[in-house]
Amino acid sequence: MYVEMRQINKAFDGFQASRNVCIGVEKGRLAALLGPSGSGKTTILRMIAGLDRPDSGDIFLNGARVNDLPGSKRGIGFVFQNYALFRYMTVAENIAFGLKVQKRSRQEIQKRVEELLELISMEDFGKRYPYQLSGGQRQRVAFARALAPDPKLLLLDEPFAAIDAKVRRELRAWLRGMIERVGVTSIFVTHDQEEAMEVADTIIITNLGRIEQIGTPKEICQNPQTQFVKEFIDSRRFEMFWEFWGREREG
Amino acid sequence: MAVGKRNTNPIVKYVLIFVSGLFLFVMLVLPLIVVVVNALKDGWTVYRQSITDIYAIKALGLTLLASVSAVAVNTVFGLFASYLLSKFYFRGRQVLAALIDIPFSISPVIAGLVFILTFGNIGWMGGFLKAHHIKIVFAVPGVILATIFVTFPFVFRELFPVMNAYGKDEEEAAALMGAKGFTIFRKITFPHVKWALLYGMILCGARAMGEFGAVSVISGHLRGKTNTLPLHVEILCNEFNTTAAFAVSSLLVLLSTLILAARSLAEWKKKKRGGN
Repeated sequence: MYVEMRQINKAFDGFQASRNVCIGVEKGRLAALLGPSGSGKTTILRMIAGLDRPDSGDIFLNGARVNDLPGSKRGIGFVFQNYALFRYMTVAENIAFGLKVQKRSRQEIQKRVEELLELISMEDFGKRYPYQLSGGQRQRVAFARALAPDPKLLLLDEPFAAIDAKVRRELRAWLRGMIERVGVTSIFVTHDQEEAMEVADTIIITNLGRIEQIGTPKEICQNPQTQFVKEFIDSRRFEMFWEFWGREREG
Repeated sequence: MAVGKRNTNPIVKYVLIFVSGLFLFVMLVLPLIVVVVNALKDGWTVYRQSITDIYAIKALGLTLLASVSAVAVNTVFGLFASYLLSKFYFRGRQVLAALIDIPFSISPVIAGLVFILTFGNIGWMGGFLKAHHIKIVFAVPGVILATIFVTFPFVFRELFPVMNAYGKDEEEAAALMGAKGFTIFRKITFPHVKWALLYGMILCGARAMGEFGAVSVISGHLRGKTNTLPLHVEILCNEFNTTAAFAVSSLLVLLSTLILAARSLAEWKKKKRGGN
């Protein structure tokens, strides 16, 4: 297991956001945290990133306990829900920020920025500012910025929420392709089951701060283990989905 | 923006413009004209004499000293306070935010009295200060303290909403990439708040220059020592030296006009600030 959480509990002002959360994500996997809003999925992501501290329980990354390690030392890249691009910096400066903080040499930074701009097919956008970009372009920049320092784990909080429905489908495929290409272990948060099924190869279903079920999309569809999962997953739509996509992905 | 019902009746528009214009003229423009006209009533020579009078110059110096001190102290304080209250959540946060507004709700005269009762000879700290030969009341430090007190919410009030609305995402993103607190402030927070900060500093300075009540109580009106420009104007008035009073007032008017220009610039920049 690359990411592991054991017996995690977390409360905010009396609201129990995580109850005895235990999850594991294997290296190289693309996992989705799926659940209704308020089910505690973002809290889990933020605790892995070190943005919030669990009240009790342990978090392991690559076998080492990281509870007391600041987020910046955990080797993660984080894509925020609204991307949180630095609005007073250009696209290139945004991507370079993490490398500059690490005091990498100028040539190295420049090379890496060019590489990433090419990866997200935005070579000509380096000098633009975030407000001059479309939603999809912003997401791509946020993705490149998170990847710049070569993280071992990529965390994405509702990566498609701020994008209109038309472009969303296209971006899902793009993101999945990119993550496969880079080969980085990734966890993303979503409340959209279609999104989770289409993009992830492991789905972690959350409800009321608890983990309901962990499994591949197929397992969850064919063998829902709790009443909640049974009701939450629209299995008929899922069957149809599986007809179209599943075979291709299994093969 | 909602497409609401627009009032297209031109009469209403012109009546409103006329009423506001008249109000502004009577309340603001007319008094300003009176100041300038009366200041120059006895000619340039008298005007020059009045504003180059040693006491007037000393008063101007003290006003500038008190204002600059107030702006400096309150800028540092306002930055810290707004950063603290917008980025951290803790018990008593609301109380602290409310406490910062106290100078807005307290009469400046009372504020001056409070300082006399605290630092004066009969005050709580009077004995201690006297033993160490520190003079606050009826001295320059008192004037500066009173000015700082009266103006301390301005920078905070301008900064806080801007910092609060900005959210923490960009700062968290920078922190996750390993940026340290000061780097985050310099590269992420500051560019966003700089025009609001400048605007707050200007308001603070404007208020500091015109402060009368608190300073009047604590200064003791010692000519050439603890007199600020507004106090000097009052003294001249009481001596029926109206021309001189108006001449000195015109200095304050000039300062205000400069500040107004700076303010408009800062406000324009604040509105123009980029972002999404």
